Amino acid sequence: MPVTVPKFIGARVRRKEDPRLITGRATYTDDIVLPRMAYVKLVRSTQAHAKLTKVDVAAAKQMPGVIAVVTGEDIKDRIAPLPVAHKIPDLKVPAHTALAMGEVRHVGEAIVAIVADTAAQATDAAEHVVVDYEPLPAVTDVEQAAAGAPFVHADLGTNVAFTFPFKAGDPDAQLAKAPVKIRQRIMNQRLIPVAIEPRCVIADYDAGYQKLTLTSTTQIPHLLRLLLGAVLSLPEHKIRVVAPEVGGGFGSKLNLYPEEPLLAHLSQRLGRPVKWTETRTEGFLATIHGRDQLAEVEVGAGKDGRLLALKVKLWQDLGAYHQLLTPVIPTLTVLMLPGCYTVKDVAVELKGVFTDKTPTDAYRGAGRPEATFIIERVMDLIAAATGKDPAEVRRLNFPAANAFPYLTATGLTYDSGNYQGTLDKLLEKAHYAKLRKEQAEQRAKGALMGIGLSTYVEVCGLGPSAAMPAGGWEACELEVRRSGKVVVKTGASPHGQGEETTFAQIVADGFGLTPDDVEIVHGDTDAVAEGIGTFGSRAQAVGGAALARCVETVRTKARRIAAHLLEASVEDIIFEDGKLFPTGVPAKAKTFMDIVNVAYLADQLPQEIEPGLSAVHFFEPTNFTFPFGAHLAVVDVDKDTGKVTLRRYVAVDDCGTLINPMIVEGQLHGGIAQGVAQALFEEAVYDAGGQLVTGELMDYAVPKAAFLPSWELDHTVTPTPVNVLGAKGVGEAGTIASGAAIMNAVVDALQPYGVKHMDMPATAQKVWRAMQGGAK
Amino acid sequence: MARVTLTVNGAKRTDDVAPRLLLVQYLREVAELTGTHVGCETSVCGACTVLVNGRAVKSCTQLAVQCDGASVTTIEGLATDGKLHPLQEAFWAEHGLQCGFCTPGMILSAHALLEQDKDPSEATIRHALGGNLCRCTGYHNIVRSVQSAARAMR
Repeated sequence: MPVTVPKFIGARVRRKEDPRLITGRATYTDDIVLPRMAYVKLVRSTQAHAKLTKVDVAAAKQMPGVIAVVTGEDIKDRIAPLPVAHKIPDLKVPAHTALAMGEVRHVGEAIVAIVADTAAQATDAAEHVVVDYEPLPAVTDVEQAAAGAPFVHADLGTNVAFTFPFKAGDPDAQLAKAPVKIRQRIMNQRLIPVAIEPRCVIADYDAGYQKLTLTSTTQIPHLLRLLLGAVLSLPEHKIRVVAPEVGGGFGSKLNLYPEEPLLAHLSQRLGRPVKWTETRTEGFLATIHGRDQLAEVEVGAGKDGRLLALKVKLWQDLGAYHQLLTPVIPTLTVLMLPGCYTVKDVAVELKGVFTDKTPTDAYRGAGRPEATFIIERVMDLIAAATGKDPAEVRRLNFPAANAFPYLTATGLTYDSGNYQGTLDKLLEKAHYAKLRKEQAEQRAKGALMGIGLSTYVEVCGLGPSAAMPAGGWEACELEVRRSGKVVVKTGASPHGQGEETTFAQIVADGFGLTPDDVEIVHGDTDAVAEGIGTFGSRAQAVGGAALARCVETVRTKARRIAAHLLEASVEDIIFEDGKLFPTGVPAKAKTFMDIVNVAYLADQLPQEIEPGLSAVHFFEPTNFTFPFGAHLAVVDVDKDTGKVTLRRYVAVDDCGTLINPMIVEGQLHGGIAQGVAQALFEEAVYDAGGQLVTGELMDYAVPKAAFLPSWELDHTVTPTPVNVLGAKGVGEAGTIASGAAIMNAVVDALQPYGVKHMDMPATAQKVWRAMQGGAK
Repeated sequence: MARVTLTVNGAKRTDDVAPRLLLVQYLREVAELTGTHVGCETSVCGACTVLVNGRAVKSCTQLAVQCDGASVTTIEGLATDGKLHPLQEAFWAEHGLQCGFCTPGMILSAHALLEQDKDPSEATIRHALGGNLCRCTGYHNIVRSVQSAARAMR
């Protein structure tokens, strides 16, 4: 963008959204109360797999305040099964209905909806629903499920929803002749997103206008509008979706959930607004989970540490049904398996497998942390096998800084990069040589200190539409108001990312304004015509790029108007710092406000220039973006208890241009914490019968402040050529990188015990067992 | 129904409430102060933290009737005369929040800490905020915010 000297882009501007958030004046979905609103409670399955022999709602219907009680049978002709967005050939798609129809396939699946005058009455009535279950065999182990019966969906005759094979080069031949051969089984455990705001839906159907307003805790209001229309057979232009303040998502609010069309239907049916708010326990069972991917890895390497062949078998546990993007997530793992390395001979076989568990879907990183964990563990396994330093093994396998754009074995074109650059900066910042020296001293004393590296690259800025299941563009409208203030309407609806600030920074620089002169409107499909949403680290790289186009279009029009007023040619008009003047004659400058006045008063405009000053753009990226970086963790392991303490965490990231470094750092802080959480604390555990054992916050270890250190960050800047801003996206980088750094450090600490690999989370118990020789 | 009288953010009010009504429901639904959030209903996440007689309390596991006669401060009552409390100011300046959902509870827990300890160490702050979960910030800037507020309040 030929914007003038950036004043706000690159500055640590305080967030515009914060004053309402720190004073309790922000409005989240659950804060909204509508006149005549009724409340919904869902009765959910207590069984992992069972036939519903009887669902008796008679007593519930008699409870005080109850307005309606509906079952799957009651809504089957009104709400179509929930869709899955994908481009996977021959994908098996079992019907996923909003309420169960005769059979339940995971604990937490909704069976009955109760509507009452108050939330307490709905909850009380739910206690009086009697469900008779005839238990069926449940399958919770992904390998067992892939092997055959019992089947989650009997009519499919298999639990394998799809296979996704990929091959480049001749990995078998390379493997056969490789001097170093390694095999490793690597598990990415199941995780639960736990956005601190539970999901909440309010549906309000206006029978007079025949219009549905659905307010939801969603990252994707426009996609939700489209999907609701499809599932409810409602015309899309008669649907308004509102995403007010959204309290964190991390992918878990990137979906069409059963409750959304269900509430819409109930409001239509009852002629009243209805609200459902998830309890945390429900959230653990009925909001998507993440990861749960098993890998069998075979590696061939040279004695120098060069990675020659990579063969990976992947089993993705899909859970019981497809949610919106369930099968797509592990395909991102396949694409990113080569990581930031030049290996050319790669084979992957991915199987997506149904089990009687909560569906998995996008959770921060979505398929890429899995790939990074695998390839970064592989790098350390090669280092261990060849006796090389892990940093040197990585360096040997990087593409050269001048090799970009770089075509990978899996067919991606990495836009820009300098992997040596981030690694060098990291090693210097962390004092790597000194750390290794300290480690040697500690080891001599019998103490267990570990140093772990993770050099990652991620696929972000999702993405070109050709590579996306439902469009990969982003839309933006920019309107300069008569007062000279600017309103921007973006489809990239944020939920904590601070786009009201960063987008305002971009506009302010374009027109010589301040961020306070710019209002960013989002999260309302009646206010913002089109959009895709905020996920896949795309808001800035795609949504910001659409905005940059709008800024440029309006700047061009402003220059045309100035050219007319100043009797100069448009090419000669400079637009700098809010002033427009012919080259070399700043004294003749018109202010941006002068131009705005002329644009709207219109009496001085020539015939060929329309009144008004606004722009609409859809930005279609030509490629993904590929942020990258190098992270280092230092851990100490307690010899007696196995407890891992994260002593230091140092990261050097490159996400291209930084619009607001303060916000970029914040995204990295939170992202790193979520990866550390996977590495050290969190695991969703099911028992063999399909009960979620870690079904509440007392049992599922979301890290507290005292579990984590402060993060040491630095960055390099390698802009992407994919968009004019040069920004690559940063929302997921921390999570994608950090799990591997931590686990490499833990394994490094346990080197005296001959431990070569450990799966996450590295709990004290697991580490202690490994120290007793019990590591598998 | 039970009659309760509470002082909420300095204003006394009397209401007839159901005995089962939680303090957080009383604040959100009766007093219409929705800045206090519900994140887990089990006292773990801390999004519902308010000050009851100056002490940080999880309002999701306290009944309104238990608080009869008490003085409650919510996030809405922290700024005085339109001026942000130093903690609010610090969370803003230090980017101590992202989605903002945990923020009111986080600020009030920090408030209770700074009443006890004017100059807490990083470890003390991290320990004191153990009852408040944040999923966005990795706590880094929350710790900075509390340190910065402590400096401003000394």
